[in-house]
Amino acid sequence: MNRFPTGGLIDRDISIPFTFDGQTYTAHPGDTLASALLANGVRLMGRSFKYHRPRGVLTAGSEEPNALMEIGIGADCTPNTRATTQEVYNGMVAQSQNRFPTLKADILAVNDLLSPFLGAGFYYKTFMWPKKFWEAIYEPIIRRAAGLGRLSGQADTADYDKAWAYCDVLIIGGGPAGLMAALTAAKGGAKIILADEDFIIGGRLNSEQTEVDGKHSQRWAAEVATQLAEMPNVRVMTRTTVTGAYDGGTYGAVERVGDHIADAHGAPRQIFWRIVAKHTILAAGATERPIAFPNNDRPGIMLASAVRTYAHRYGVAAGQRVAVFTNNDDGWRTARDLMALGVTVTGLIDARTDVAPDVDCPVFTGAAVVGTGGRLGIERLSVRTSDGSIQQINADCLAVSGGWNPSLHLTGHMGGKPTWREDIAAFVPSPDSIPNLVTVGAANGTFSTLGALKEGMAAAKAALKNLRLKQVRPKVPAADDAQGAVTAFWHVPDVKGRSWLDFQNDVTVKDIAVAHRENFRSVEHMKRYTTLGMATDQGKMSNMGALAVMSALTGQSIPETGTTIFRPPYTPVQMGALGAGAAGKGFAPERLTTSHDWATSRGASMIEVGLWHRASWFPREGETYWRQSCDREVKMVREAVGVCDVSTLGKIDIQGPDAGVFLDRVYTNVFSTLKVGKVRYGLMLREDGMVLDDGTTACIGQNHYVMTTTTGATGPVMSHLEFCAQCLWPELDVTMISVTEQWAQIAVAGPKSRELLAGLIDDISNESFPFMGCGAVSISGVNGRLFRISYSGELAYEIAVPARYGESLMDELVKRAEALGGGVYGMEALNVLRIEKGFLTHAEMDGRVTAADMGMSGMMSTKKDFIGKVSSQRDGLNDPMREQLVGIKPTGAVRQILGGSIMVNVDADPIRENMQGHVTSVCYSPTLDGMIGLAFVKGGHARIGQTIRAVDLLRNVDTLCEIVSPQFHDPEGEKLRG
Amino acid sequence: MRISCPHCGERDHREFEYLGSAKLLERPDGGDRAAFHDYVFQRKNPTGENAELWQHVMGCSAWLHVVRNITTHEITAVKLARDVKAAAR
Repeated sequence: MNRFPTGGLIDRDISIPFTFDGQTYTAHPGDTLASALLANGVRLMGRSFKYHRPRGVLTAGSEEPNALMEIGIGADCTPNTRATTQEVYNGMVAQSQNRFPTLKADILAVNDLLSPFLGAGFYYKTFMWPKKFWEAIYEPIIRRAAGLGRLSGQADTADYDKAWAYCDVLIIGGGPAGLMAALTAAKGGAKIILADEDFIIGGRLNSEQTEVDGKHSQRWAAEVATQLAEMPNVRVMTRTTVTGAYDGGTYGAVERVGDHIADAHGAPRQIFWRIVAKHTILAAGATERPIAFPNNDRPGIMLASAVRTYAHRYGVAAGQRVAVFTNNDDGWRTARDLMALGVTVTGLIDARTDVAPDVDCPVFTGAAVVGTGGRLGIERLSVRTSDGSIQQINADCLAVSGGWNPSLHLTGHMGGKPTWREDIAAFVPSPDSIPNLVTVGAANGTFSTLGALKEGMAAAKAALKNLRLKQVRPKVPAADDAQGAVTAFWHVPDVKGRSWLDFQNDVTVKDIAVAHRENFRSVEHMKRYTTLGMATDQGKMSNMGALAVMSALTGQSIPETGTTIFRPPYTPVQMGALGAGAAGKGFAPERLTTSHDWATSRGASMIEVGLWHRASWFPREGETYWRQSCDREVKMVREAVGVCDVSTLGKIDIQGPDAGVFLDRVYTNVFSTLKVGKVRYGLMLREDGMVLDDGTTACIGQNHYVMTTTTGATGPVMSHLEFCAQCLWPELDVTMISVTEQWAQIAVAGPKSRELLAGLIDDISNESFPFMGCGAVSISGVNGRLFRISYSGELAYEIAVPARYGESLMDELVKRAEALGGGVYGMEALNVLRIEKGFLTHAEMDGRVTAADMGMSGMMSTKKDFIGKVSSQRDGLNDPMREQLVGIKPTGAVRQILGGSIMVNVDADPIRENMQGHVTSVCYSPTLDGMIGLAFVKGGHARIGQTIRAVDLLRNVDTLCEIVSPQFHDPEGEKLRG
Repeated sequence: MRISCPHCGERDHREFEYLGSAKLLERPDGGDRAAFHDYVFQRKNPTGENAELWQHVMGCSAWLHVVRNITTHEITAVKLARDVKAAAR
């Protein structure tokens, strides 16, 4: 065991069992998987992406590139989970990744020997011949060899949620700067959210041996966190990573609610938050960077800051004999802290020459680590001393500190470019990169604890001032003021062997040199050529080192070399969280008619029409195939009477003194002459002259109209009408509202429809309700509306009643229809009925057809202006060879026509150049006993009687057809007027 | 992106639907085909501030005249399209 006897923010009284690669270990509450494994002496935690090199944990935070695990089993398994952030829970099952058969003996480690062939851009140069081998052999093998965790292949059963939050001040990061900002802003009365990705507030205060306000920094952080949590205007969100900064003060954040507990008891696993903040204080801290030297990727080689975190926060010794390699003063602190805890420090190697570390251990200044050795973990290292000699040092842990990179990622999310600061050899955020966001503390390059506290307080005071809230003057607590000196040192030069920059994607210093040699010198090219920074840590560990190597090779400074652009998310976000609430039934709302339950109880097969669910057909006993039901329902309507719920058609109530004028302008035909009690069919165009929608509009009172729209076009038509009324003609006194949901509407169609209604409605005579008449009716005491309109070509009515009476009316009408030898019909029959009649829907009105194409030029009024009138006069839209609406029916041996077939002339090849048009709607017509279709054919109106072919090359159906009028059934319209 | 609807206050952009340039307010009178061609099809492609039409479809249904910086999404003015059109008359 590597656990110190005391210390750390863990509960030593409780032991939690968990397994890693099948072996059971114990942890304490407060442990991460990484700290627990280190405590149990496990150093080997993963294999690298490409070369399958053995890897151990490098960091103690979300920037971890190596220790990625699969957590959980089956559908609950989450791959690529960072062991450094995953809290251990009772019974947790963790597995290593990208190895076979075991982590210790991974066969694909052979890739490491093949590395001369697998360097940067290898797939552009090797595995090229023979050409067809790439897809068949090379790529599958390479894909299997490379990679990280595996997906379970099962649907994720966990719940995710999404939520919104609003605040005056959002503080990102709960370290010294964030805590001081939160305390100040909260005392001023601002409504604040403090979000921290960690499960304990405090940031580096929990990881160092230091004092704030005269007490241990861990205690100070805990006290402030408690104080904040008790304030009503403060929301402290732990385990919450702010992943992206967007315009309008909006931030994306993931809260991990259930990832750290064995049983979340119904709570969601994660919540995706959208936080809207008036002011934001970014106090995300900094991440330490490694130094590149040969074989710097062996398990046991870790960031110095991580070694301190494991010691102070988790009470874990990362090693028993530790060496430290540094270019800055923080390295000395690591050595001192470890020795104070009784760990042997076998050497402090400082790359700087002009320093004199005051540390009581073997010290090498002006020196560098030039190699490491050990199987599956570091056992020794070679040090090149200032005089050039090589010394061997034994160590089971090497703590490396290459300086600190401010965590400025969020400030790049709106395109902000960082500023280089030579004194700390790091980029810092440029001011105003994100509107109303201020960066403080280490994220701003201020590395001393006192400096962070001061900056946090100052930013909060500025926010309070902007918010016009109470000004407060809290005392800045006493704290360490050492900023720490650093001299840039990125990689050890003049060495043999591979020095790793990107640990996860296996990119070395040499790979950057290859990219430079092959002229991929711009940062963006270098990144894509080598895949550096493209792993799950998104370059947090590697980008700066690679930039420095490239800048040395090109002779440019680092700021001249540039940076890649940080984009959201800051850390990987699970698809489940992003899609929270949108899976399964949440994908789209369901709109149900009032007769929905009635229909399903009768065994109706349902179909989605836009968001609506409609009955497709109603099978009767003995019917096993949809066509049997559909054909029967069609015959029923043609011969007796059918009842169909048509409530899904859009209904728009339009009122006002100028309503008639308004309708004249939006429809191609005239409506202002429509008398009360009359209905008219109308055609609506877009301003470019194409057909937008059709439908009927009834005048049900003085200046009061009810417009119907096609089910799927209701939203766009409503929006269009609002646009016309508000944006084009605000002077017109007209208002409109959708009443689709308020009225249930039921069609009664067929020769016996009048007979059916006669028992329900007092006066249903042809005189009271002639074709295209309408009026108020009373049905069993319910006030409704009756429209004599027909979408089937038969004598037909539509009855509208307030939605609450829809189901009972449906039930009543169907009972009466059945008594007359009819019954209910669904969408399939409705579709056949309208095709037989040549009535149109959006299969025909697909946004590319004009009124003339549909044979409706007669509906274009010449007496008035209307939307689309001028554009429809364009020459191209009046070409007689445009595709025009016709009917088609088979004339040859093949009796089938398929929707979507292309039309070609009888002798022509079915290729695009010969295309004469396409089929839009087809059906089997029981009335005509054969298949019929509606089609658009070039110059079709003049080709009635000609023969043409409908060809479906995918389903291999080639049908000889006659071009006919689209009105197959009762073209004179005698039935519907009867 | 947040849009301040004059009726409903500041709301997230997903409550709104975007139509296009505010030029759509300027529908030509009369039957000049060239004027309609320009109105229907010709658009500037500016960087920086642009006047646009949005509708508060998940709110009050109002059509809005929104001045938005295309580069930064900063919104500098929101008015009812009805008022802008009426003022232009």
